[in-house]
Amino acid sequence: MSTASTLTTPPAWRLPLLVLAAGAVSFFALPDQLGLVTRIAIMALLVLSLDLVVGIAGLATLGQAAMFGAGAYGAGLFALHLHGDPLLGLMVGCAAGALLAFLTGAFVLRYQGFTFLMLTVAVSQIAASLVQRGRDWTGGDDGLTGYTVAPLLGQFNFDLEGRTAAIYSVAVLAGACWLARRIVNSPFGLAVRGIHENRARMAALGTPVFLRLLGMYTLAGGLAGAAGALAAQTQGVVGLDSLSFGLSAELLVMLVLGGAGRLHGALIGALVFTLLHHTAASINPYHWLFVVGGVLMAVVLVPPEKAWSWLRARLGRPQAGRQVTGRPEAGPQDAERAAEVPR
Amino acid sequence: MTLLLNIALDGVAYGMVLFIIAVGMSVTLGLMRFVNLSHGAFAMCGGYAAALMVREAGFSFWLALPLAVLATGLAGAVIEALVLRHLYRRSELDQVLFTIGLSFVLIASANALAGPQVQLIALPPLLAQPVDLGWRTLPAQRLFVIAVGLAVAAAAAWTVAYTRFGVWLRAAVDHPDTAATLGIPIRLVQCASFAAGAALAGLGGVLGAELMPLEPYYALKYLVLVLVVVAVGGMGSISGSLLAALALGTVETASKYLLSGWGSLPFFLAMALLLAWRPQGLLRR
Amino acid sequence: MNPLLELRALDKRFGGLHVTRAVSLTVEPGERLALIGPNGAGKTTLVNLVSGVLAATTGKVLLAGHDLTHRSQAQRVRAGLARTFQITTLAAHLPVQRQVELALFEREGLSGRFFRSVNAYPALAAEARALLAELGLQEQAELPTGQLAYGEQRLVELALALALKPRVLLLDEPMAGVPKGEGARLLAALAALPDTLAVLLIEHDMDLVFRFARRIVVLAEGAVLADGVPDAVRRDPAVRHAYLGH
Repeated sequence: MSTASTLTTPPAWRLPLLVLAAGAVSFFALPDQLGLVTRIAIMALLVLSLDLVVGIAGLATLGQAAMFGAGAYGAGLFALHLHGDPLLGLMVGCAAGALLAFLTGAFVLRYQGFTFLMLTVAVSQIAASLVQRGRDWTGGDDGLTGYTVAPLLGQFNFDLEGRTAAIYSVAVLAGACWLARRIVNSPFGLAVRGIHENRARMAALGTPVFLRLLGMYTLAGGLAGAAGALAAQTQGVVGLDSLSFGLSAELLVMLVLGGAGRLHGALIGALVFTLLHHTAASINPYHWLFVVGGVLMAVVLVPPEKAWSWLRARLGRPQAGRQVTGRPEAGPQDAERAAEVPR
Repeated sequence: MTLLLNIALDGVAYGMVLFIIAVGMSVTLGLMRFVNLSHGAFAMCGGYAAALMVREAGFSFWLALPLAVLATGLAGAVIEALVLRHLYRRSELDQVLFTIGLSFVLIASANALAGPQVQLIALPPLLAQPVDLGWRTLPAQRLFVIAVGLAVAAAAAWTVAYTRFGVWLRAAVDHPDTAATLGIPIRLVQCASFAAGAALAGLGGVLGAELMPLEPYYALKYLVLVLVVVAVGGMGSISGSLLAALALGTVETASKYLLSGWGSLPFFLAMALLLAWRPQGLLRR
Repeated sequence: MNPLLELRALDKRFGGLHVTRAVSLTVEPGERLALIGPNGAGKTTLVNLVSGVLAATTGKVLLAGHDLTHRSQAQRVRAGLARTFQITTLAAHLPVQRQVELALFEREGLSGRFFRSVNAYPALAAEARALLAELGLQEQAELPTGQLAYGEQRLVELALALALKPRVLLLDEPMAGVPKGEGARLLAALAALPDTLAVLLIEHDMDLVFRFARRIVVLAEGAVLADGVPDAVRRDPAVRHAYLGH
């Protein structure tokens, strides 16, 4: 959770720049692993959307996969029946995820805690059942196939090595990081964080709590839908597992691994988890469960923040973010920040 | 008419299995406010224990059943006392994640132990024999399940209402802080309730092996159903769990008979509607 | 001329429990009203009814003639009604100035803006700092609210309510839990409240009540027992009976 004791906010361009840099490095260093790079970027985007709901708004949900699936099927059907342009499809997927989030959020956000959690499960299971039932449209258990995606920007074909897909996904991820950071840094983001910390206080300030939460839930749904569209477009197939409870649970695991509420934690968690899965699962699918189960239990018993603090203390470095004097940390980065602030 | 009776009978049997498994989780949630997503794994343990005892060790079903239940209860007590009790103060999310991790490890262990195939429990002749009800015959096992479910419900109600332990339990659920200061052995109540819940889950795993096949992913596959029963029935409410389990079991069975193309949609729709109507649980204000 | 705040036969039942009995009361702009009564009299419940945390069973709440009875808490705040809580209710991890800015964003209707940075509103930041300075909290502006001393946190509660520029202010035991040494600043802040603001104060500290209030309403068992100037209330036999038993 955000514990900024200074009033500066992280600049919105920082995370996207890191993402683009990481993407560029892996593009040149791992030219035959671009499929994996694409998958990581898509998962990172999806976990980022979850961080807005869980980490920022404080709503524990097991139904984010529904918005991902909505985006995937939306983009797939769009490409199949209407138009193959990937950027249009991306917008369709985004809109589909946002719409589903808005409609279901209007219902489930009236509840809290365990009840809310179970209702999000119900929503995603109902969505999965509907997709399965509507097999004439969605392909049901066999999945949605047979759509072709037109070249990106009219020029770049989605090649077999996955170069276009990787650049496309990383670029969309970078854009989403920028947007997410702007949202969290805004008065709206602040209000939602306030609701997370103390609902009663926000209500007493006149905040329309339900509307703010619905807004964040919808925005997050849009990002999840975008991730779904990317998945549909880069894989050429949309399966029923994109809506599964299992996926929602994995997303939560990824978020917690990296640390919720700070946005970059979502990316780290997605990266670490997907890499672990990639290596461990190829050995034996069940042994993978030993690894991730063990890691989960370890992470809960010894939270990463505590581990990092302990490590920093051992290395003799001062702990970041702990201000007791109240004076802002003066340093070269503040000159940068000061230059960033006015708009 | 026969169709309705069939739905009712199969629905009640299925509901009873759900109830037996879910009641432990409901009490744990109500008592310790502890979200235990490894509860499904206890059901799986009980089922596996019984299956292995019958198949590998040649035990009779009637011996394997109580032994499996006892073993699961013991395992529950040990895990609770050593690890889980330290998580009672942690956030919901932490509890969810830890117990999911525990489930994963138990799933992998089940696979390592007995392989990925379904474990069948050979029923004794008494339970396997068909019983003629007039309009249909069904395995005696189905009736046995219903009988056990009623016995569990009755025993739980009696314990809660008439025993000292039951008084302690109710006090601890309703007023945790006051209960401790009144000298009620809170740790004992917590551990014993958890163990009882785990044992019952194991019982449900054995009894429901036909409806819910025992394989390594059992721990997570049927967890959702149990969570639904607990949510709809209300945390900590034994009678609520019974009502919810029977209602949802019947809906699920009815949808299998009547709306077979729709999968589990009616089940989750019913759950969403019931939860929306009574967010605190069916029998709570 | 409408009174600023009017309660008409405000009534609340929880099943068989009758907690607020037909309470009627008016408050004019600039009034300093103290609400006192024995424990369990229903004072906080009354504040909850007025601020919208609880919905009344029957009766009305009017602000400057506008019927707020069926409005939500948020709507009442926007109409000009602000409150503080008896138990400090703050977002512990937000820096103090940020939390005050939150109140200002709400007041200005800006909490729906999701693209501009919170730091792009220098006028509001300055207003937040000025408000904190008035309450002597300028040193703590950048600390996480949870790290402040309890007395200072009570001041932040007050700051948030004042930031909303309300017309009516409901203070629920502002001195509750404040250690002896930390109360002076809070008292000074209460004394310095704007003249146009109508203040309804729940307090047990009789010193504060008689120093601060120009009018006292006594609540007992959910009903108004007495309503008048401090001296009259002090001498009222019914009040003495309720408090002292004789």
